[in-house]
Amino acid sequence: MRLLRLKPGHGEVVLAEGDVADPEQAAALVAAFRAELDAGMWAAVPTERGDGRRAAEMVRSFEEVPPDAERVIFFPRAAGGAQSPDGAA
Amino acid sequence: MTLPLSAAAIMAVGLAWELARPRLRASLPGRARALVSRWVGRAAPATVEDPGRERRAELRARQLLRSCVNEEEWAMYRDLGFLSVPGAASTCAYLVYPHRPIVAYAPGTGSVLNEYCVAFPDETRPYGSARLPDADDVLAKWMALSADERRVIAEANMHLPGRQVDVRRVRKDLVRLARWERARAAGSVRAA
Repeated sequence: MRLLRLKPGHGEVVLAEGDVADPEQAAALVAAFRAELDAGMWAAVPTERGDGRRAAEMVRSFEEVPPDAERVIFFPRAAGGAQSPDGAA
Repeated sequence: MTLPLSAAAIMAVGLAWELARPRLRASLPGRARALVSRWVGRAAPATVEDPGRERRAELRARQLLRSCVNEEEWAMYRDLGFLSVPGAASTCAYLVYPHRPIVAYAPGTGSVLNEYCVAFPDETRPYGSARLPDADDVLAKWMALSADERRVIAEANMHLPGRQVDVRRVRKDLVRLARWERARAAGSVRAA
């Protein structure tokens, strides 16, 4: 499993990577996961539905992450946007 | 009398500092420049003056978006520059633009319903900006909408159509989308 974070000016960065079956690596993943949530990030797991369509699932704790998930993507939490000078939200 | 003179003096010093700062930084050797940059609360030029950085970030973001969304959605973003994401109710769908409000519309009639102004600011500003690359912004909106539409809509500022995204542009994009979907359907029929 890989924990990724979307970063301005960079794209995604790998925060942690490991095998959840390995207790030591799982502990490192859990620690990195909690640190991101504590920093106010949202976490999503890309999934594939039964009909083959892709979607995402928001998770609020490491226990909610499906054990077979390959990636968890962290991104800044949504906020009501304000208009910038160029009109962008 | 003293107060206006003091205020004018402070403004003059501030203005002179603002004018002199770029030249001062440029004239300093690297280490001193970094110290000055830190002192004035700005990132060192070495970390902000990279014209390729934003482009590399966008390329990386597009790869990630492509790996997460359906093939059709990726092709839509690549060809049209936005995504159409179905809502939980079949009477509503969303146009997802990079760094623009999410626009709700009725797929059956093409009516533009609302704008949902939402942003994903990273206040840590790791590279001097709080703004995600375009494709990452679209991915964040897509993940949030497809996972928890109500939560995103609740967090967003709702406005009537046309506040930030020109309704004529949205209508044009809906026409482009319909044309694109027809061409794609025709292509897949021909391929079959």
